[in-house]
Amino acid sequence: MSENKFKMSSSPHIRSKVTSSNIMLMVTIALLPASAFGVWNFGLPALGMLVTTTLAAVLTEYIYEKLMHKKITVNDFSAVVTGLLLGLNMPPTAPLWMGALGSVFGILVVKQLFGGLGQNFMNPALGARCFLLISFTGQMTTFIYDGVSGPTPLAMLKDGQAVDSMNMLVGRIPGTIGETSVIAIIIGAIFLILMGVIDLRIPGTYIVTFAVFVGIFGQFTKAQAGLFDPQYITSHLCGGGLMLGAWFMATDYVTSPITKKGQYVYGALLGILTGLFRLFGGSAEGVSYAIIISNLLVPLIERVTLPKPFGKGGEK
Amino acid sequence: MALLTFKGGIHPDDGKSLAKDKAIVELKPQGNLVYLVSQHIGAPASPIVEVGERVLKGQKIAEAGGFVSAPVYASVSGTVKAIEPHMNPTGATVNSIVVENDGEYEEAEYAPVKPLEEMTKEEILGAIGEAGVVGMGGAGFPTKVKLSPKEPDKIEYIIANCAECEPYITADYRRMIENPEKLVGGMRIVLKLFDNAKGIFGVEDNKPDCIAKLKDLTKDEPRMEVLPLKTKYPQGGERQLIYATTGRAINSAMLPADAGCVVDNVETMINIYRAVAEGKPSIERVVTVSGDAVKSPGNFLVPFGMNQAEIVEAAGGFKTEPEKMISGGPMMGFSMYTLDVPVTKTSSSILCLTKDEVAANEPTPCINCGRCVDACPSRLIPSRLADYAEHHDEAQFTAHEGLECMECGSCSFVCPAKRQLKQAIGSMRKIALANRKKK
Repeated sequence: MSENKFKMSSSPHIRSKVTSSNIMLMVTIALLPASAFGVWNFGLPALGMLVTTTLAAVLTEYIYEKLMHKKITVNDFSAVVTGLLLGLNMPPTAPLWMGALGSVFGILVVKQLFGGLGQNFMNPALGARCFLLISFTGQMTTFIYDGVSGPTPLAMLKDGQAVDSMNMLVGRIPGTIGETSVIAIIIGAIFLILMGVIDLRIPGTYIVTFAVFVGIFGQFTKAQAGLFDPQYITSHLCGGGLMLGAWFMATDYVTSPITKKGQYVYGALLGILTGLFRLFGGSAEGVSYAIIISNLLVPLIERVTLPKPFGKGGEK
Repeated sequence: MALLTFKGGIHPDDGKSLAKDKAIVELKPQGNLVYLVSQHIGAPASPIVEVGERVLKGQKIAEAGGFVSAPVYASVSGTVKAIEPHMNPTGATVNSIVVENDGEYEEAEYAPVKPLEEMTKEEILGAIGEAGVVGMGGAGFPTKVKLSPKEPDKIEYIIANCAECEPYITADYRRMIENPEKLVGGMRIVLKLFDNAKGIFGVEDNKPDCIAKLKDLTKDEPRMEVLPLKTKYPQGGERQLIYATTGRAINSAMLPADAGCVVDNVETMINIYRAVAEGKPSIERVVTVSGDAVKSPGNFLVPFGMNQAEIVEAAGGFKTEPEKMISGGPMMGFSMYTLDVPVTKTSSSILCLTKDEVAANEPTPCINCGRCVDACPSRLIPSRLADYAEHHDEAQFTAHEGLECMECGSCSFVCPAKRQLKQAIGSMRKIALANRKKK
């Protein structure tokens, strides 16, 4: 019998099969319906943008890690998710270099300079998008659809005009590449829920809080919507980046609270901030800023929502 | 009605099918037997035999070394060859009595037993203590001490831990299938000690045959009840089991007795029965030998002191080269770097695994996914506690209730980043507990 050569380690000696890489891979897969719809809706420029942002994100991470003599982590799919998400948040008409610049900013400044995977305090894709929004406001907010430059349904809604919420649900509207089709986004979200990657705590609370907020305060805007006007609420839910943000960016593990109660608080905060920005802010959009501001409040939210341990009231 | 359970926990592959249907086989040791004088929590036992002396099976060879201690008995007949330090399964060196087996298994004469009805509580406790019965689920706490709480009248539940929630292990399962009357007999004895208590058998619902057997055996016992529990690790954790069966919750600063409960596992109950009803000392236990590297996994009735390598041989040896050996279950058992160690009172299992999943999964950065938070039965935030531990931040570790961890390992199991969460938390806990004692 062989002796003295068995491996030693602290218990437990078994591990689940779920790894960080396959979680990120599932998120990538879940983004494909929205990506495919974006390409179909906006044509080849959209495909070019998605490929550019994804490649730029992966390359930036690779080069940075190579130069810094760090372990190369591009095969964990995290940079792919960041690049793809940024692409989905770009107008299809924006120049490709702008998308690439965003990816470099997101990966280099927001993610790697703060320590890489798991250390960033803000969602890299959204940080990059907000950076581009501030730097190139014009190109980032011009939406040309079917050859015509016009306002997004959300901007029309803000202006008190009528919108077609059926088109918004399907996604046949101007907007960023991946945000327009509620149906495509929901398909990806259902996949993530079924695979156990995300749950309803954050997106559910976010969407419900936001719906209640616009239901109540819609009457004080130019739209003069009635109290809980279903048409008005639906248009808000289907418009802009709400669905993409709620299901794919607010649920980012790294930048959301780890405590369960905190996740409800975070979702509610997102709903209120998005409502405030959309109804009473300068721009028709509000999701990106709502999420990155809430990202910054995560440590505070966690501090006030620490769970009680078993045997000290936490067992129920 | 929803099954009784607790919040959190995990569902690992249970691997029990490997040995589940293998009936218990009694093993006769060939080589020397090594009796560690410390197989329990508390003071080591002191040897009362001399080198060269002939001992009989069932003869006491070491006396309890104090109140919290337990005597040790020879499990074969033979000659005391040496009294010397020997390695125990955790790798520590412990003084031991080495007996050369003469292969005759000549048994000592035991004092006659009285019927249970005629025994006083003191006599029952005395018999349990004298027989060297300790908690055989893994902790090894002397059973007599556990059964002597300050206020016995306040004990309302005696819980037989029949959950066996660790993957692979089927020793308790086989005991429940093959010796359920001894288990119930043990419960009857313990209930005699506690007038106000009710006996509960908490069994995971993946063992419907055991539930049926125990229900049938206890149908005329007004003080006993069989409660099916949800199959989930760590359902057999003391705090989880008490909560699932009684709805009472204890924290790390409390004992089960503080919640009016006493918990004993199956093998312990059976040893209580042997001690009191048969007058026999604790000299053997059922050990599961399993894992994908073993040729014929099974359950064996093994005398204490038997060499573990010999037991694996009895299971046909290895069919593939094992990378890891585990004493106990894969969740809370410990890895052994050699099999040249004896079976002790707390060795429930020998697992031989072809692949070491821990070495195969290199840790990566935490992505804050919260799976450890969902899994933690103590309702803690394991990823943060591990961060504090890695930064040696004892103050934050304690402030975030790190001492409430019971080291079940659920967090390390679910972590997609493969962090060694339990290892970090466990090490810090030891330091924090030691520092607290100093104060």
